[in-house]
Amino acid sequence: MTSQSPLAIEATGLVKVFGETHAVDGVDLTVRRGSVYGVLGPNGAGKTTTIRILATLLRPDAGSARVLGHDVVKEPDAVRSAVSLTGQLASVDEDLTGRENLILIGRLLGLKRAAARARAAELLEAFGLAEAAVRLVKHYSGGMRRRLDLAASIVVTPELMFLDEPTTGLDPRSRNQVWGIIRVLVAEGTTILLCTQYLEEADQLADGIAVIDRGKVIAEGTPGQLKASVGSGSLHVRLLDPEQRPAAKLVLERELGGVTLEPDSAALSASCSEADRAAEAVAELARSGVRIADFSLGQASLDEVFLALTGHSAEEVQATPSDPTEEEQPA
Amino acid sequence: MSANPTPQAATASAADEAAVRKAISSTPRPPKPSALSNALCFGWRGMLKVKHVPEQLLDVTITPVMFVLMFTYLFGGAIAGSTGEYLDYILPGILVMSVLFTTVYSGVALNTDLTKGVVDRFRSLPIWRPASLVGSLLGDSVRYLVAGTVIIGLGVILGYRPGAGIVGVLAALGLVIVFAFGLSWVFTALGLLMRSPSAVMNAGFMGIFPLTFLSNVFVDPETLPTGLEAFVAVNPISILATASRGLMEGSSDAGDILVVLAVAAGLTAVFAPLTTRLYHRG
Repeated sequence: MTSQSPLAIEATGLVKVFGETHAVDGVDLTVRRGSVYGVLGPNGAGKTTTIRILATLLRPDAGSARVLGHDVVKEPDAVRSAVSLTGQLASVDEDLTGRENLILIGRLLGLKRAAARARAAELLEAFGLAEAAVRLVKHYSGGMRRRLDLAASIVVTPELMFLDEPTTGLDPRSRNQVWGIIRVLVAEGTTILLCTQYLEEADQLADGIAVIDRGKVIAEGTPGQLKASVGSGSLHVRLLDPEQRPAAKLVLERELGGVTLEPDSAALSASCSEADRAAEAVAELARSGVRIADFSLGQASLDEVFLALTGHSAEEVQATPSDPTEEEQPA
Repeated sequence: MSANPTPQAATASAADEAAVRKAISSTPRPPKPSALSNALCFGWRGMLKVKHVPEQLLDVTITPVMFVLMFTYLFGGAIAGSTGEYLDYILPGILVMSVLFTTVYSGVALNTDLTKGVVDRFRSLPIWRPASLVGSLLGDSVRYLVAGTVIIGLGVILGYRPGAGIVGVLAALGLVIVFAFGLSWVFTALGLLMRSPSAVMNAGFMGIFPLTFLSNVFVDPETLPTGLEAFVAVNPISILATASRGLMEGSSDAGDILVVLAVAAGLTAVFAPLTTRLYHRG
């Protein structure tokens, strides 16, 4: 089963076109075995389409990809035998109970009846679903559904897991639980390709990140490298009066340069590596009559990385009509 | 589970982590199961859904009862002179009609399934590709069996006495179910091509409704205009109805039965691979 290649995923020039839309437009990805690789981008950027190609659910229109050494087009069965997929809409059958879902997957993968039952019980217990085992999944909360989805993905231990927005739509507590499970998976050596639109999620979990926008990888590196690429840090300023933002922008451009306007209409930030110069800039703002609500000096967030790389914020793109394959999470 | 970060909760989550760790590392991949085993799993899934929502059997229980009562008492006298005589003619026909109408729902159900995330999981599993489709249709066969049993049971209550007894009835039911299995592939293909469950329903009934009525299910075709009579004679649904009547009366024609089986096999041979390809297309 294990091939010699140290790479779990090698994709070159992947293209997928739906009608007029280039959902994926020449994506290259290289993912080492045993790592967590984040694919970061807003809705409609092509994340789900990329994952579906790599999981053999879609055929690419151009380009090629090998997953765990197997060609996704020529050897789909070999790929399917080594990976598991956790979809954006939780990939579980909501008309069955949690227990039945896990038994069904176990039986389909070849576990004997008793083994499938025992495995289901073990997973339900481990994922905190033992009490809900005989309830229909349609009555589960979003967090329970995601946990069941993850459990279904490891009924038989996969070498590689595709996680498509595993925490979209979850409350912070459920999100932390899911992150906890993913960290354990990683610690046990599972390779993970994680698609997310949450910059924090990629930062928390991933060793390497590809930023994807409009079907193209626009940057790649470790979270640290990406942050460094937009400067080592930045000064964030929030104004009392949004009307003063143009004036503040002028001052900061003169003092520091590299000013970005944040989605919050009263906030802006400027790249800045030295605390002394930041202090001077803040003093200069005060002298010019700009009233400041608060300010902070911090390392660049991945949000700022995205802004610096694409010239637009992740939120802006989300407002545009989404790609037909990137379904919205039901409310 | 409590939302408060009490010491107990902290301990519980630590235990969970150990349990998750153990759960992850413990199961190596078993040998691949057979295609039949895969398909039967999906049949089991269908049965579980019926178990959880028994109301979905209404369409295969109430509707046939309605048909039997309506046709027997409303048209019996006018068509065959007496309700008793018409019952002998119409009951196998109603059996055929009710079961064939139910096949449309296989397509509707598949179309509904596609909107759910679970299909992605099924498609990403290393299993026999047609398994989920074959399995669902095997599950649907149980629904056909329920419909058939209701119709024949009601018929017997109303005075229907099949000449070939229980064996003939079972043979006829079996033949109808085999034909329905073949026909349902047409509707599953349709289910994958149409955009919504209601579109599948409309298109499906637009096809099956005239085909069923332009057969000998309800009336002896002798009184029909020549062109129509010729069509009715070659309509596979007529042949199925004739074969079923024959089996139930004990006067079956081997030729008719062979034609029915051949049509079922033909529909499966064409539409099963088509459906499978549409289901897995990317």
